[in-house]
Amino acid sequence: MSASFGRQIRSLVRRNLIHIKRQPEALTDVTIQPVMFVLLFAYVFGGSINIPGGSYREWLLPGIMAQTMAFSSFVVAIGLNNDLQKGIIDRFRSLPIHRPSVLLARAISSVMHSSIGIVVMSLTGLIVGWRIHEGVGKALLAYLLLLLFGFAMIWIGILVGSSMDSPEAVNGVMFATMFPITFLANTFAPPEGMPTFVRVIAEWNPISALVQAMRELWGNTGNFPTPEAWPLQHPVLVSIGWSVLISVVVAPMALRAYNRRTTN
Amino acid sequence: MTPPNASPTIEAIDLVKTFGDMTAVDRVSFQVPTGSVLGLLGPNGAGKTTTVRMMTTLTPPTSGTGRIAGHDIIKEPAAVRRSMGLTAQSATVDELLTGRENLRLIADLYGIDKQRTRSLADELLERFSLTDAADKVAKQYSGGMRRRLDLAASLVAAPPVLFLDEPTTGLDPRSRQELWEVLRGLVKEGTTLLLTTQYLEEADNLADNVIVIDKGRIIAEGTPLQLKDRSGAARLVVTLSRPEDIPQAHELLKGVIPELHLDEDVRQFSGPADLASINTLASLLADHEIEVDDLGLKRPSLDDVFLSLTGHRAEEAAK
Ligand SMILES: Nc1ncnc2c1ncn2[C@@H]1O[C@H](COP(=O)(O)OP(=O)(O)OP(=O)(O)O)[C@@H](O)[C@H]1O
Ligand SMILES: [Mg+2]
Repeated sequence: MSASFGRQIRSLVRRNLIHIKRQPEALTDVTIQPVMFVLLFAYVFGGSINIPGGSYREWLLPGIMAQTMAFSSFVVAIGLNNDLQKGIIDRFRSLPIHRPSVLLARAISSVMHSSIGIVVMSLTGLIVGWRIHEGVGKALLAYLLLLLFGFAMIWIGILVGSSMDSPEAVNGVMFATMFPITFLANTFAPPEGMPTFVRVIAEWNPISALVQAMRELWGNTGNFPTPEAWPLQHPVLVSIGWSVLISVVVAPMALRAYNRRTTN
Repeated sequence: MTPPNASPTIEAIDLVKTFGDMTAVDRVSFQVPTGSVLGLLGPNGAGKTTTVRMMTTLTPPTSGTGRIAGHDIIKEPAAVRRSMGLTAQSATVDELLTGRENLRLIADLYGIDKQRTRSLADELLERFSLTDAADKVAKQYSGGMRRRLDLAASLVAAPPVLFLDEPTTGLDPRSRQELWEVLRGLVKEGTTLLLTTQYLEEADNLADNVIVIDKGRIIAEGTPLQLKDRSGAARLVVTLSRPEDIPQAHELLKGVIPELHLDEDVRQFSGPADLASINTLASLLADHEIEVDDLGLKRPSLDDVFLSLTGHRAEEAAK
């Protein structure tokens, strides 16, 4: 008597989605927060950043999408940490279920959570004047790159969620790391104007490659010359590379941390 | 397949668990015959939870092993999980799900037939008096309700073996009595039970056999009765109504109970005695018109047992 893998994952995903439904405030990170960022940057700082032959608002939007996706690691980490904290994971582990079900369901519901953010961002973008200027194929590829990056972020979320003692600690660590990382990039302003040291970091930041790729695939770069930094000259490949690399490196660490936490 | 009753349903074999330098569980072995109740009794930090976690496959033993319904906890964890239910020390219900959703989730995870899942949840809610609260989120449940929901969740697959880690800690006396009633019912239906507790009264009430564990080691085992016998004979306790009777009563009682102890403040005499001496004393006191508030034989409690075994009281160690 053991449910199929599929049914187990479906039940657990449904459970995670009920959590979102009962705690709608947990969705602010993919709704109010990014919308605020769009409005803040587009209307407050937007005037001082000049995008030759294009609009700052169009240029900005892929940046905020990437930032929103980076924050999906928060979602995974907090959800998982909460479950660990409350002992629910022990309940699940005492049942005859397939081992990866719990983490997989967590990953799936987090991607769904983040997808809400992508939809909200796209709609907000359309309202403030963002448009996709390239074909459907390229446009979809950009969304796929975003999801792939989200997949890599899940592992970081599992690692942090399994390693920290409380959801508050998770919040602290994630805020102190992910926030600056999403700013030390081409998300809100072109790296060209940054001091050399910061600029090099920004150019090699995985988020920059992703953002550059989305801007090119959606046609949001204006007449901006292609950046000289190597990763930004091949943004699609580099972005895929980063997502795969992060997954390959972090996944084993994340699984080890999770196993250590749950078997003790 | 082994025929039923051929071997104990729960068996721990030389279980050891160390955390760094610290040995939390030290060569613990026990057997629980099918359909019986074993009480694992010990103060905070004794190693009760660690033992339960090893037996329920949540954490691997450092050495030793165990068997549940014939399945090895290390080699056949999946079969073990199918044979047992666990109610962990801290309630593991999902606070954001309703009682009904909690039970349905567990039933889904077991792969129980969809139709059956529905009726099963209703039955369990009914059985644990949670029907009225079935559609409230568990966050709004009282401690006792959460405990009951947790126990109901452990029973979804009607497992033949049940582990309960301090099931009544934090419950008020009435909720505790109710939970005991439920557990007695399960045992009557044939469930094999292992429960840990810090309450000597609880082990006394529910367990067929008791293991006393302290600092990871088994320091005593037997039936509650056997353990009580180990800490000495029964004591006779007489409480006088009037302080002025004390000198006369003292003379009379000395004749019957040689090792008489007097606690003057509460007008109470006590000393080792047997049932026969009660009658003698009762008529003796009545003949001399000495009134008593109370007169009776006091069997040693498991508390006394713990004291005589470890040199400290269980409740003291718990602080
Ligand atoms: N994961 C762990 N890492 C390190 N030490 C641990 C761990 N789990 C338990 N211990 C230690 O092992 C000892 C036994 O703990 P355990 O939780 O089994 O005791 P217990 O009898 O269940 O106590 P309580 O009545 O408080 O629940 C304790 O000293 C505890 O600090
Ligand atoms: Mg414990």
